Amino acid sequence: MENTENKIKITLDGKTIYARKGSTIVEAARENGIYIPTLCHFEGADPKACCRICTVKINNRFMTSCTTPVSEGMEIENNTEEINDLRKSIVELLFVSGNHFCPTCEKSGNCELQALAYRFKMLVPRFPFSFPRKEVDASNPKIVKEQNRCILCKRCIKTIRDEEGRHYFAYKNRGQHLEVVLDPVLGADMPDELAKKAMENCPTGSILYKGKGFEQPIGTRKYDNQPIGSEIENQS
Amino acid sequence: MNKKVIATTSLAGCFGCHMSLLDIDERILDLIELVEFNKSPIDDIKKFTKPVDIGIIEGGCCNSENVEILKYFRENCKILVSLGECAIMGGLPAMRNGISVEECLNEAYLNGPTVQENHEKIIPNDEELPIILDRVYTCHEVVKIDYFLPGCPPRADLIWNALYALVTENPMELPYEVVKFD
Ligand code: SF4
Ligand code: SF4
Ligand code: FES
Repeated sequence: MENTENKIKITLDGKTIYARKGSTIVEAARENGIYIPTLCHFEGADPKACCRICTVKINNRFMTSCTTPVSEGMEIENNTEEINDLRKSIVELLFVSGNHFCPTCEKSGNCELQALAYRFKMLVPRFPFSFPRKEVDASNPKIVKEQNRCILCKRCIKTIRDEEGRHYFAYKNRGQHLEVVLDPVLGADMPDELAKKAMENCPTGSILYKGKGFEQPIGTRKYDNQPIGSEIENQS
Repeated sequence: MNKKVIATTSLAGCFGCHMSLLDIDERILDLIELVEFNKSPIDDIKKFTKPVDIGIIEGGCCNSENVEILKYFRENCKILVSLGECAIMGGLPAMRNGISVEECLNEAYLNGPTVQENHEKIIPNDEELPIILDRVYTCHEVVKIDYFLPGCPPRADLIWNALYALVTENPMELPYEVVKFD
């Protein structure tokens, strides 16, 4: 019997589950083997709800599940046609608002944005392409910052810091000119491990670690055979 | 059963999608039982000789000739399929989108590191040459497209599954492993 002490009861897609008090809907779902997609949210960092991919419906209202804590008796819709189509449209918007040429991208096969497109069966974005002109910054000795693929999720800003807590990545400009850039001064002495971690923590191919590319053959990469989220859904 | 008529073309593509079509290997014998090819680089028929059921387009539109051919396909085919990354998203050719045509031509014919012996600094301008478009357009930006099969190139199994479904008028099943963007 599951120990339900200190837990609260919620319903997710009609199924009753028990959630830790104080956990967010994303966490509660994960702990019960249910996947809610996330992009900007990254374990270990405060959720900021900027991508909206984790949207669910609570009492007929759309809410972000990475920032909403569970409360007793909550009824949540997650895996419905309406919500999945909304999520798919967010992925499509991200594709057309950047320049995503997957065949030339080192992250292909391991990219979370692409994996979500596969999961939601995107064959073509429904929105017009914008083909914005964006620059590639390869001036850093360790890292290529490929602005064409940045989805401005902030995961690099939130998770990549030096020992004194200083951020390696930062926002630059505003509105449609907003960019995430690598600090040229701090970045000049970036330790190897941190540069690799920055590539790993980025959900797309916007941060590339220099020196070695295309390591895994097609067919063996993370999302080649299993959809993103299946690691959560398949846990027993 | 009457054989379905198929046509194919390569616009701004590299022929990789056509190669992938040939990668269906021995299933091509099954295919040929079910279909007849009309205008296609495979049989080198230049003009449609009859109405076509399924037109398969590889590549997007980078010049005026690509647009003409695409429209010609739309007029003559009941169903049009965008096959592969270039047809659907512009692919490699579209990496020039966002850079001006002038800059591209200068790089290709005058300033590029591999340019040799163009002493008169000529940028090809014969009137027989198709006109380069301001940017590369995906096929569905130019005409209505009915189906999209991604991949660079699309997996042979994806092409086979989809073609077989279209030809036999069954629903398309696109398993996770075969729908990929690279
Ligand atoms: S970042 Fe992801 S979606 Fe963008 S080009 Fe690379 S693999 Fe494709
Ligand atoms: S570089 Fe990567 S991690 Fe940083 S904001 Fe862009 S997409 Fe997100
Ligand atoms: S993951 Fe919740 S808003 Fe991005």
